[in-house]
Formats: sequence, structure tokens, C-alpha cells
Amino acid sequence: MDDLLREFLTETTESLSVLDSELVKLEQNPNDPGLLANIFRLVHTIKGTCGFLGLPRLEAVAHASENVLGKVRDGEMVITPTSISLILQALDRIKLLVGQLEATESEPAGEDSDLTSKLNALAEGRADEVAADEAPAEVKAAPVAPEPVVEAPKPAPAPAAKAAKPGKVQSLYERFGGESMVDATIDATFQSVATDAPLKALFEGIDLDLLQGHWRDAVVKALGNINRYKPADLSKLFAPAVARGFGQGQFKALLGHVEGALKMLEVQPDVAAEVQPLFAGIKDDLLAGDKAATKTAVVAKGEGAAGGAVEQAKESTVAGQSIRVHVDVLENLMTMVSELVLTRNQLLQILRSQQESEFAAPLQRLSQVTSELQEGVMKTRMQPIGNAWAKLPRIVRDLSVELHKKIDLQMHGAETELDRQVLELIRDPLTHMVRNSGDHGIEMPADRLAAGKPETGTINLNAYHEGGHIIIEIADDGRGLNVERIKAKALSSGLTTESELDAMPEQQIYQFIFKAGFSTAAQVTAVSGRGVGMDVVRTNIEKIGGTVELRSREGKGTTFVIKIPLTLAIVSALIVECAGERFAIPQMSVLELVRTSSNSEHTIEQINGAPVMRLRDRLLSLVSLRDLLKLSEGGESKQKKDENYIVVAQVGTFTFGIMVDRVFDTEEIVVKPVAPILRHIQMFSGNTILGDGSVIMILDPNGIATAASGERAQGDGIGDAAAANDRAYGDGEKVAILTFRAGDGGPKAVPLALIARLEEFEVEKIEAVGDRRVMQYRGKLMPLIPIEPGYQPLQSGRQPVLVFSDGDRSMGLLVDEIIDVVEERLQIELSASRPGVIGTAVISGKSTELVDAGHYLTLAFGDWFSRGTLTAEKKRQKRLLLVEDSSFFRHMITPVLSVAGYEVTAVDTAKKALDLCERGLDVDVIVSDIEMPEMNGYEFVSAVRGTARWGNLPVLALSSNTAPEHIERGRAAGFDDYVAKSDRDALLASLEQTMANEGDHA
Amino acid sequence: MSNVTTLSRGAAADGSVPTVSGIQNDVVSMTVAGQLFGIPVMAVQDVLGPQRITRVPLAPAEVAGSLNLRGRIVTAIDVRRRLRLGAREKDQQGMNVVVECDGELYSLIVDTVGEVLSLPTAAYERNPATLDQVWREVSCGIYRLKEGLLLMVDVQKLIGSAKAEAA
Repeated sequence: MDDLLREFLTETTESLSVLDSELVKLEQNPNDPGLLANIFRLVHTIKGTCGFLGLPRLEAVAHASENVLGKVRDGEMVITPTSISLILQALDRIKLLVGQLEATESEPAGEDSDLTSKLNALAEGRADEVAADEAPAEVKAAPVAPEPVVEAPKPAPAPAAKAAKPGKVQSLYERFGGESMVDATIDATFQSVATDAPLKALFEGIDLDLLQGHWRDAVVKALGNINRYKPADLSKLFAPAVARGFGQGQFKALLGHVEGALKMLEVQPDVAAEVQPLFAGIKDDLLAGDKAATKTAVVAKGEGAAGGAVEQAKESTVAGQSIRVHVDVLENLMTMVSELVLTRNQLLQILRSQQESEFAAPLQRLSQVTSELQEGVMKTRMQPIGNAWAKLPRIVRDLSVELHKKIDLQMHGAETELDRQVLELIRDPLTHMVRNSGDHGIEMPADRLAAGKPETGTINLNAYHEGGHIIIEIADDGRGLNVERIKAKALSSGLTTESELDAMPEQQIYQFIFKAGFSTAAQVTAVSGRGVGMDVVRTNIEKIGGTVELRSREGKGTTFVIKIPLTLAIVSALIVECAGERFAIPQMSVLELVRTSSNSEHTIEQINGAPVMRLRDRLLSLVSLRDLLKLSEGGESKQKKDENYIVVAQVGTFTFGIMVDRVFDTEEIVVKPVAPILRHIQMFSGNTILGDGSVIMILDPNGIATAASGERAQGDGIGDAAAANDRAYGDGEKVAILTFRAGDGGPKAVPLALIARLEEFEVEKIEAVGDRRVMQYRGKLMPLIPIEPGYQPLQSGRQPVLVFSDGDRSMGLLVDEIIDVVEERLQIELSASRPGVIGTAVISGKSTELVDAGHYLTLAFGDWFSRGTLTAEKKRQKRLLLVEDSSFFRHMITPVLSVAGYEVTAVDTAKKALDLCERGLDVDVIVSDIEMPEMNGYEFVSAVRGTARWGNLPVLALSSNTAPEHIERGRAAGFDDYVAKSDRDALLASLEQTMANEGDHA
Repeated sequence: MSNVTTLSRGAAADGSVPTVSGIQNDVVSMTVAGQLFGIPVMAVQDVLGPQRITRVPLAPAEVAGSLNLRGRIVTAIDVRRRLRLGAREKDQQGMNVVVECDGELYSLIVDTVGEVLSLPTAAYERNPATLDQVWREVSCGIYRLKEGLLLMVDVQKLIGSAKAEAA
């Protein structure tokens, strides 16, 4: 490609992206002259260059846009959304043309009169016409257009230009090259003026764009073409220069530059001679103001001009201090520096093995210089993140027009710099997320008003550095994630089960939006909702070692937090050894290192062959690097290693441990891609050369996590359960738990509150009915359920049975041995992999499976839960609202209450309960926990007493704290009764009592 | 980072077809399990003695590992394994013949490397039809020499098909 064209393409593309955002800004501040001047200048430059390069289509579109902008600048027109839309359309057309130009190196055939005529209509004040058919003009991709349009159809006739046919005598205008040539000449003149210090000083503070424009118009007019030159107040404009002593002599010097420019542009000498005087025609206008304007000039200088002068001067110095360098050059430099760093490391390693060396000092110096060089080169690759944002204002604007929403995009920290490679990689995810926020997050203006929010929604983009990472936050103040919708969608797409969902903290439920094909948008819009998105976003971000987190509050908005490394080229890595091979693990994903051995605090335990480790009251899944990479060689695997190191790594929200044999130190490594022949191995993200010269593979924690968990869903569960930690399950409350042994595997547990009795029966009393076991118990037949299908009960002696009962029905769960009853804080660490188990928790220091009583109840009586409803019908169904932040208790109490004949609605916060009240939910009784985040039970009951709907309802407190003063406080706050959490019977009795009283009152 | 700026000496680096026009063709000779092989001298970047090779877990069988060649990471391919020949004797270390393929360096591990031979085009022949499938895949012809038959290796195919297998 021609250098000139390449240069033009680079420059135009840059200008276009600036224009996009500037125009959107202009729409918001239509009265900012600086903004307008900048836009005008950019469009003008594009037009000028197009003309110069002989690109008629581009020139025509740019010219028509410039016309409109010119009118605006001259105050003849006001900026309206319509005009901005139209100009944006024109920009899109220019982009399209530029794109094709880039691909084919020539302008595509076709014409743009559809667009230009609209723009011209707008410029001529026929805005109505434009508005009438504002529908986005389809681009006519090279329709039948036998002759490329030479000149743009201008409002004024330009017959000379159109008559550019051989044989005809060409006018001077044509011979000179038309308006674009005039433009080019003037541009070149001013460029050459810029090198002429004394003259340049005189021009300081003058709007050169305006001056150039007027000059061009004057010359074009003088060339006998278009009559649009307005004498205007050029003299006023030029007054500052005149005041500084711009006189005849200086004007001559200026003409000298014109001459130079004409020469430079290789204008035919005869044509140049003819044209030159025409350029001089502006003289009188320029100097006319001479003295008269001096005063104004001083005033102007005192105000805006001074600032403008400074700014312009600053701009030009900045321009002079930067050069354009091709990215390849920088990339190459970076590679070289990376190599240098490696060599340096190698040298240092050698040096360390030598006691005394005369190389020590110079090597230290070399090392330091290398580090500085590395830093310096790194800096050249740094780009402000604003570059990735440049398109966003435009996107948001289009989005708001398309969706009829009002969206305000706020951007902070656009100057935050990061490596361009990283920048490129996050550009698309960012765009997608902002689109999502606009489309899904922000509500319609009416809905917002109804929700008591300002009509205009805000999307806040914030970037900042934090310890070697860059953090990008995308926050909207929209409706927030709808947990129920996500749940429903997760269920319908088979990603999870209802019981799992119930046990999940919200944070974990949110994670579903990162699954492939997951979109809760009720309808697919053109913008988003196709479900190809957040999963790709997450994948892309994780690919570069970043993480995405999300916070959401229903009705308040959603915030995504992206954390990414500053650069990818050189990373710090932990060197580990496994089966005699060394591997590097990027330090970024390493949380901590743990040493395990049989006699230390940490030991590796097994659950069904899967290694786990207890780490600060949490269970950590372990991955054996040896097994994963199939490293074990014959005899080696036989000897059980006593000592292990665990590298605790985090990928997204999934935390896991990698078992390795040894851990060395950390080293700065340069990530090199692996050979194509090895690229399919997902365990490695690259390879590198260590200080000692050996090649080492770099492990990819993402790949390991995927391989380890097989399916990420499970992994998310572990990580999130841990993240949600105390909030979700424990809140520090102790629960009485019965532990027992039954079937294979370790100890099992069930909350004591669910068990009616513990019994031991003679084995002979157990009878078989069909394939079920039953026994006579208290004059009735009681079904006996094995813990798992293949479970063999004892053959002789006494069989321990856990009896679950409800009213007149009982069910027995066969177990081997009852171990103990303990009071423990329950934290479910691992989600269940099979029915009948809620999850795994650490109880009495042992990993214990928590049994899902509900599952066995269903096995015993298929209608256990539905029966509740039947009875309830008989006694007029009571509706009960359960407010309990611990999902464990919600899970446990809800079946108990359902069985007792209540229709239970369970929510996890007092806030949600009150929301339900507002939405008009009718209930008969409320049972609420006391200790809850945000709003506690006391506050809640006071709030309930204040509502019209629920004011007179019975409200029961449910708490683990039953000290008399608490009970007193509860009654004072408005609770009708106060029941201990673990006391199931007391709760039911109290409910019955309360309801009975209520009945009396009614 | 496509940082390939090394000795791209071999214009016909793939060495697929020996130059028929010339009378003499320069070939680096080598042996694998007693069989004589040849690679056009222009395709060979380096010949190295035994190297420290880092094993790459989970890699295709013929990939012996990676080695460091003056700061560049080179993937080593064991020609014996590639050609389904028996493993090398324990005390036999193997030589590395470094070649370039699609901008990446590969080291072919062979038993011994001989001298550079100038072979007359007249002695060149196509593969015999009876040649084993695996061998036919990687060979682009045979030279009849006094010492025996020399199999010309098509480097591109030798590595390329290994790549295809990996993918």
C-alpha cells in the first residue's frame, strides 16, 4: 500500500473515533465552541485529505457534513439530535468507505447522494425534510453507477467541475485542481508558517481553522466558482495578529509560504503563477480591521484568546514531541528486551554460583539498565484505556436512541494506562458489558420514574491501578439482576436443580449469567439477549489472566469489576517441581502455599478418592499435578509421598489446590507461545526459558481448573460457597446435629431438630413388603428407608433407626451407628453430587455428609409434601411468611412447616419481605429470624407493625438466642412469641397457639 | 509475538523436492535405526549434539520435549518414534538436526549425523510403491548410493502430520 494512503487511513481512522465521541459530547453541550471547533477541524481535515488523494466519494460525504457543521459553528443553525444523528450517519458512511479503501486500496464505486442531499437539506435549513425520512439510510453498496461522481453535489451549482471532459478548455479552477487543491495549498501554507517562528508568533491565538476556511472560500470564489464567500468579520478574527504587528511585510512573507506550498504540491508553474495573486486577494480583508480592531483584540486577549493561545501552543509542542511508530517495531523491541531480560537472568544465575567475580559490578549495572530498559519499552506499549472506550459514548448514544431509554455514560480514569495487547483483548468484552448494562440494566424512563429514580440512567465506567493490576468497574443504576429469573432460566436450561438452587447464596446464582447460552432478556433484542456474551466475556478476560466479579442489588443496579494484569509479556511465576519435572505457575493466580505432611497441621484427606484438604475451616479441592499431567512413572507412584506442597490457586471464583512435590522460588519469565504441535494441550499457557537455560512449561490455571472439575459448575459452587462464607450459612449460629454412620463413606449428619426419635429395634422385627422394608411401630406400619439403594441393614442384633415423624405418620431411616450429637456452626462446603445429600461440611473436625431429610421423606411417602396441602385445605390453608437469612435454616424449616400444613413463602432478607408486603402478598402469620444483615428482626417487626396490610398479623420470632432479656426485647418490639430456632416442636406448638388465638379474635 | 527473525537460510526450507535442475544436490545425511536419511542442506539450521530436553507432559508421542537453542525454544521430535521404530539404546544419546517449519523451529532427533553429500540428480528415484505407509508419508524420494539407499525426508510432512495428529 502506498505510504501516503496508509498514513491517511491511520489518521482518518483516529479522527473518526475521536469524532464519534466528540459529537456525542456536542449533543450534550451544544454551546461549547471549543468542541465544535475541534469537530469542524477534524471533518475538515478528512475532507481536505480526501480531495488531495482523489477520493471523490469520501470527499463528498465529508464536505456535506462540514457544510452542516459550518452552519452550526457560524451560529446559523442549532444542534439537534436529528442533525447529530445525520452527521453520525455520515461518519459511518465515511468509515465504511475507509474500510473498503483499506481492503481494496481504492474507493468503492457508488454514490452517496442519499446522504449528501439530506445533509445539504439540513444545511439549507430544510430540517423538516431530513427529519421526515430520518430512517437510517441504507448504504448503497456499489449500485449501478457508471460514472463515479467527481464532485459532491453542492448546494450551489458547480458546472465547471462537472464538465471535466477531455477536449473542452478547462477553467483555471479545474486546471488548478478544484477546491481540494485550494485547501491543500492553504493547509501546506500554514504548515510552513508553523516553521517560521516570527510569523507563527503573530498567528498565535487566532482561530486558524476559521481563517483557513474563509481564505479558501475567498480563493475559490476568485477562481470563479462558487459564490459563498462571506466577508464576515475576518478582520476581527485577524485583529490579534494585526495588533501584534502583522502588516504588509508580514503578509508578503505569508505569500511566500503560499508560493512554497504551491511548489511543494507540484502545481504547474503557469497555473501557480495565475493562482498566486488570487491567494493574495485576502489581504485587504485581513488588514482592514487594522486599528479599529485593536481594542477588541486586547479585550479578546484578556478573556478567551489568551487561554486559547496557550492551548494551541501546547498542542503544537505535544505534536512535535511525538512520532508515529509502527506497532510491529515496538513488538519487535519488546521481544528483544524480553530476550535481554532472560539473558540477564541467566548471567545473574551464573554469577551467584561464583564466589568472587570481577563481573559482579558490571553485571549489576547491566541488570539495572536492563530493568530500566524493560520498563521503558513497556511504557511505549502502554496506552490509555480511554482508547478502548472511545467508541462507547457513540454506542451508548445509539443504544439510547434505539431503545428509547435515557442513558448517561460517565467515564473516569480514561488516562489509566495498560499494555496495548491487553487493551486490544478487553476492548470487545468491555463494549459488550456496556451494551448489556444499557440494554438489560437500565430501565425505561417511565419505569425508572415509577421506581423513584431519576429518568436518566447512568452507566459508570471507572478504571484505576491497583497493585500491578488494572481494575475496571462497569456500574449501572438500573434494575439489577433478577435472581428469580436467573433461577428459572438456570432450571429450565438444566444447569442445576431446584434443591441446589435453594441452597445457593445469591452471589452464586449470579454466576449463571456467565454460562454459555444464558440470557435472561425476555426477548432477544438487536443489542443483546442472544446469550452469546457474558460467557465469552468471562472467557476472554480469564484468557489474559483476569477475573470478573459482579455485585448486584435488585432495583439498585449491577456492578461488574474486571481485574486484569497490566501486561502479559513478562510475568512473575512460581517454579514448582512434580515427578522430577519443573513447571511455572503464574504468580497472579497463586493465593498461597501450604505444606502438608502426615504429622503437620494440614493433611490430605480423601472423599471417595478425591483429595481434599482443610484450610481454615474450609474444604479445598485438590488436584494432583502428577495425575493430571500423567507424570507418574512406574515405581514412583507406588511410594506414597508423605510430604506435599499445595499451591492454592484461584481462577475466577473457583479456589483449588494443586499438589506438587517441591516449590522453588519465583522468577520473572517471558511467556512464549508453545509450538503449534503442542497448542492443543490446555494445561499449558506457554513456555519459557529459565535463568539456568532450561526450557520450562507454564501451567495454565484455567486449563487445570477446567480439567480438574470437569465441569465448571461444580467448581463455582465450591468457590462461591466459600466466598459467601459466613453470610450464607453460618452467621455464627450453632445447630444441634446428629452424626451417624450408614453405608459407604465417612460420617453423615442430620440436624437434630428434624428427628422425632432415635430408636433401636431388634432386626427380626423388620419385615419386608414387596421391595420395601417396614416395621410395626406404635400400632402402625412405619416404612424403613435405607440410606442408599444398595444398603444392607444389619443381619442380627439391634438396628439403629432415625425416626422422622409428622402427626400420625412416621418414617425410619436405617443407619449403622449413631455417633454423637454435637453443636456446630454449619458450613456446607461442597455441594452435593448425589440425591439425598445436601453437601459436605466439617463437623467435629471431620468431613461429614449432610443428609437431606426431605429426600428420604419423599422416598417413604411420595405424597409427604402434597399431603400437607390436603390437610391444610381441611383446616383452611394458612399462609406463612418465613424470613430467614440463613439458607440452611430456610431449607430445613420450610419442609417442616409445609408438612405441618402451612403454605410457606420464604425470603432471605427483611427487605424482601417488606417488598412482598408492598406488592400485596397476603399471609396469615410471619416467622422471622432476629439476627439478619441489613435489617434485623426487631426492626423488621416494627416495620411490619407500621404497615396497613400486615400490621395486625401474628409475628413469631425465631432465634438461637433465647436469653430472657432477648425474649423481653422481642415482645417489646412487637413479636407475638419468641421461639428457639432448634426447637421444632415449640415452633409448631407456638404457631398453632398463635393461630388459634388469632381465630378467636377473628 | 511473532518474533521469527532467525536464519532463514533455507528458501526451500521444506526441502520437499530436491532441485532437479542441478546436477548435484547437497544433502545432510543421517541415520535412524540403521537407515540412511537425507535432508537438503539448505533446510538444516543447526546440528547439535545431545541436549537437555524438557519433557512436555500430555504431548503427542513423537514429541520428545522442548530444548533451548540460543534463547529460542525448539520442539524436539524423535524421528524414531515418529517412524514407529524401536526406542534408542540407553547409552545412545541421539543428535539434533534443527529445521524450520512454518516459522517455528523443530529439532529432529536422529541416531547419528553424517557428512554433507553432493548427490547427482541421476541417482534420484521416486518412492517404491511397496514402502510402508508411515514412511511414504514423510519421504519424497530415494537416492541410490554406493553405501545403500538414502531416503529424502520431507520435513514439512514429517512435522506437519505430527501436528495434524496433535490437533
